[in-house]
Amino acid sequence: MDIILLQLLNGLDKGSAYALIALGLTLIFGTLGVVNFAHGAIFMIGAFTAVTFSKILSFSFVTLDPTQKNFLGEPLEVKTAYIVHWFGESTGNGLIDWAVPLAILFSIPVMLFVGYAMERGLIKHFYHRPHADQILVTFGLAIVLQEIIKYFFGANPIQTPAPDMFRGSFDFGVLIGYAENAIIYPYWRLVYFVFAGLVIGGVFAFLRYTTFGMVVRAGMADRETVGLLGINIDKRFTIMFGIAAAVAGVAGVMYTPINSPNYHMGMDFLVLSFVVVVVGGMGSLPGAVLAGFLLGILESFASMNQVKVYFPGIDQIIIYLVAIIILLARPRGLMGRAGVMEE
Amino acid sequence: MSIINPTRRGLLKTGAVAGAGMAMPLVFTGSAGAYMNEPSGGSVVLGFNVPQTGPYADEGADELRAYELAVEHLNGGGDGGMMNTFSSDALKGNGILGRKVEFVTGDTQTKSDAARASAKSMIEKDGAVMITGGSSSGVAIAVQGLCQDAGVIFMAGLTHSNDTTGKDKKANGFRHFFNGYMSGAALAPVLEKLYGSDRRAYHLTADYTWGWTQQESIAAATEGKGWETVNNVLTPLATTDFSSYVAPVLNSGADVLVLNHYGGNMVNSLTAAVQFGLRDKQVNGKNFEIVVPLYSRLMARGAGANVKGIFGSTNWHWSLTDEGSKAFVKSFGTKYGFPPSQAAHTVYCQTLLYADACERAGTHNPCGVAEALEGYKFSGLGNGDVEYRAEDHQCFKDVLVVKGKENPTSEFDLLEVVEVTPRSQVEYAVDHPMFAGGALGQCNAG
Repeated sequence: MDIILLQLLNGLDKGSAYALIALGLTLIFGTLGVVNFAHGAIFMIGAFTAVTFSKILSFSFVTLDPTQKNFLGEPLEVKTAYIVHWFGESTGNGLIDWAVPLAILFSIPVMLFVGYAMERGLIKHFYHRPHADQILVTFGLAIVLQEIIKYFFGANPIQTPAPDMFRGSFDFGVLIGYAENAIIYPYWRLVYFVFAGLVIGGVFAFLRYTTFGMVVRAGMADRETVGLLGINIDKRFTIMFGIAAAVAGVAGVMYTPINSPNYHMGMDFLVLSFVVVVVGGMGSLPGAVLAGFLLGILESFASMNQVKVYFPGIDQIIIYLVAIIILLARPRGLMGRAGVMEE
Repeated sequence: MSIINPTRRGLLKTGAVAGAGMAMPLVFTGSAGAYMNEPSGGSVVLGFNVPQTGPYADEGADELRAYELAVEHLNGGGDGGMMNTFSSDALKGNGILGRKVEFVTGDTQTKSDAARASAKSMIEKDGAVMITGGSSSGVAIAVQGLCQDAGVIFMAGLTHSNDTTGKDKKANGFRHFFNGYMSGAALAPVLEKLYGSDRRAYHLTADYTWGWTQQESIAAATEGKGWETVNNVLTPLATTDFSSYVAPVLNSGADVLVLNHYGGNMVNSLTAAVQFGLRDKQVNGKNFEIVVPLYSRLMARGAGANVKGIFGSTNWHWSLTDEGSKAFVKSFGTKYGFPPSQAAHTVYCQTLLYADACERAGTHNPCGVAEALEGYKFSGLGNGDVEYRAEDHQCFKDVLVVKGKENPTSEFDLLEVVEVTPRSQVEYAVDHPMFAGGALGQCNAG
């Protein structure tokens, strides 16, 4: 039982990431009707805004220390971060330590701009083209973006740690009567789960309780009628593209301590996130969230040794297997609406 | 009377033979010279086949830098680097056998099929007389097999699987880098001294040839010191989130986690282990420990502060103070602004060793070169006294046990050498069970 609880917890953070990416994908598909294969790249760019922000905070000046030598036997260059120099050891190092959470503030305007530029610069030209064209162009865009990131940041993962106070893990097992260390869960993953819940709740609240959100929902249901009422729905949909990019971006920022960012991380999530969207039901926001958590948890269970002994390699295919079963039983997905992509 | 008497059957036979001949790749048909790609002009072409994209692209980039440096030195440029400290005096800085050294590069993408395709292209189209490179054992073994069939020498780069010079060894292939067995033989005594002999180890292992053989080697070496291996879990190479593999470790009763991972896999699995707080836990009344048997500085940079205090092994490190290492670090550091990695070191050595063997043999003929390399003893290349064993084409030399530095002084100062394990301690018999199967075969000159 403790192993099952352990893997249930484990699935939550991956499920959170799937849900956040799938939420953005669904928002874009539901509003603009675009199948955006570059959405994984947006998640990756979000992660690299955290890396960039961390580097900005650590921007240093160099002094030579003649008492120490570098690898060439010359006086060692000692780097001191400007932020430490200006605000002192305690505050300066504290800010550097909190680089990842603070990077959210940095990433939101950046990702809104990235989303806006992507939509206006490229994707709007493909609104009335077949989905196959949209997939090809956005997939190509994803490859271009990841190669740009690789050029500037290299191919290896870049360590971007969480603040020190979140280091270590919480012992759930002790709380519910299990032995020490039986069910542990890292603090930062708990933070990520809570963060994902807040973002998802925020997006739902924004769409449900604001006038802007109401117009967008109306546009998703009947674009033509909303247009006939004199509302510029295209402009609002462009803004929604930016918001979807920001959601994926902040998901990427907060994921960096869980998995060190590398240029390929977007592709790692993209295909699975699409499966999540299809399983949840194309165009259904609650469906995307539900399927995200469901498949994340299933993937975690499938990687248990006890399961892999009987089904070797099951962890690699479980998501696709479940997707096939769900789509056979319910072709619209878990919460899909009638008529979406059925023409 | 006509001597031509065409028949339908004859035409079909002739067509089939001609078609088969045209379809056969040049690589399997031999060359016009005495051996494959025999140089005829004033230059000789070497093929550098490294990962320029994919998960080991940083290692590949460092290897390419070292190759270019080696070519510069062979052609008489720069400060000569380790040519000045190499025990052989056959290299004069006038190319190889008086021919200017040129090179072509290929991208292995860390995929066996892509690596074979680029090596084949360099041999067939560019006339490369030797192929070298690799940052993955799967790739190295695949390319080594291709070079054997094609009739060119393969000087392996970074490949650590026992199989490269074990069951998959080839007469045309040579490895300077150490292997999994040597890592185990060097590490186990240090681990016993540090952590005692009553330990229970849990292995996470990359699911391909390198991971399998390293795990087997480390488990055997530590069990020989009294440790128990409680579990070995194979992880797919494409895994990025290791949390579901790390989570059950503490509950298994293990008090040591051995990460048989390299590159991005190692960075991510170590990150997950640290996140779960394993290093802060006590199990069986002892501090929980993590071991990374194969370390590289590039990996350590990726893992950041997580590597502090973690032990592993490495083929070479820039902080060594022998004359060869110092010359190489100075040469590489002056040109590129940072110290070389172990991948850079091994490929630089391999290029010099190939050139030296050609000079001593007086030919580029793979059979002549192989004969010159077999049983060759040398020094001055940064690893003490070294020998290329004739029976399996494996280099035997000292191995470094390192640990993540607690207080690094710079971004390069990430590992400290704890022990230089002498060559005698890491040597093994040619017929050792971990290297059994396969045969060198005969050298192939194309």
